[in-house]
Amino acid sequence: MVGIVVISHSRALADGVAEVARAMGAGKIVVRSAGGNVRGGLGTSIEEVEEAVRAADDGDGVLLLVDLGSSVMTAKMVVEDLGGDGVALADAPLVEGAVAAASMAATGADLRTVLNAAEAARRHRKI
Amino acid sequence: MNVREWVRRAAEKIEAEAERLSRLDAAIGDGDHGHNLDRGFAAAVEALPEDVRPGRALILAGRAIVSNTGGVAGPLYGMAWRQAGKALGDAEQVGAAEVGAALRAALQSVQELGEAVEGEKTMVDALAPAVAAYDEALAAGGDLPTCARAAAEAAERGAEATIPMQARKGRASYLGPRSIGHLDPGAVSTALILRALADVASRDA
Repeated sequence: MVGIVVISHSRALADGVAEVARAMGAGKIVVRSAGGNVRGGLGTSIEEVEEAVRAADDGDGVLLLVDLGSSVMTAKMVVEDLGGDGVALADAPLVEGAVAAASMAATGADLRTVLNAAEAARRHRKI
Repeated sequence: MNVREWVRRAAEKIEAEAERLSRLDAAIGDGDHGHNLDRGFAAAVEALPEDVRPGRALILAGRAIVSNTGGVAGPLYGMAWRQAGKALGDAEQVGAAEVGAALRAALQSVQELGEAVEGEKTMVDALAPAVAAYDEALAAGGDLPTCARAAAEAAERGAEATIPMQARKGRASYLGPRSIGHLDPGAVSTALILRALADVASRDA
């Protein structure tokens, strides 16, 4: 199963989005969160993201969902470091993207399909 | 040139200007650019080993900056130093040609990671003209101090030129036209780092 890592500036936000995504994954997929900087403040820690990616990967790949700014760049660095193999960054809204990705991943879809599902979530209107 | 001295000199300048950089950032950003960078560059200085080649030293400095600098400046500057270090490869001596390659690699990494082009009120508005000025001086046969001074001057002019620009990236871009009329703090810190290069190149010459 494709794993999911939710990356946010805020620990609480990352944990909350991961909680929602985990519920959508129906207990079948691993959803990890990485939030806040190394001092516990707002920010992103590349070490924590790398650790979350390792923890979420069972061999089928990992999709990264990010909030904005430095989270995006940190995630891009992690993808680059890992050679882009088995880890992908979604250009998607955080909550909707994580929910879509978790739902698709729980079907056993491959990383490319899970990524497409997350990015398609951009088109979902709320009202 | 001793690239470790470049990192140290950059850290000194950033520490001295941290208040001003954060004040500039408070106008259009979240007000922490100077202090974030100060923390990151102090960590980079700590992380500089003496017993490795210059390229490797810059890679390690970049890693320390990524881990210790808040905001987008962490990944951007961290990656820039890392790619500059990679461009130096295993070279034991760093001269005008090597610094030129390092600067070009840094610019390319900032543009790729930040997806920014000139005119968007970012670090690129200082770094791109600096690289162009460096290369022009190098092509004209300039030595390292001459090329580095040309780069520093171009970066400072480039930073000043961000005042009338409307931000297209980062938090400031949410302000739309209200971002006009302010210096971009990232362009200012980039100019400081290039001035640090010129200082060290001139001192070593």
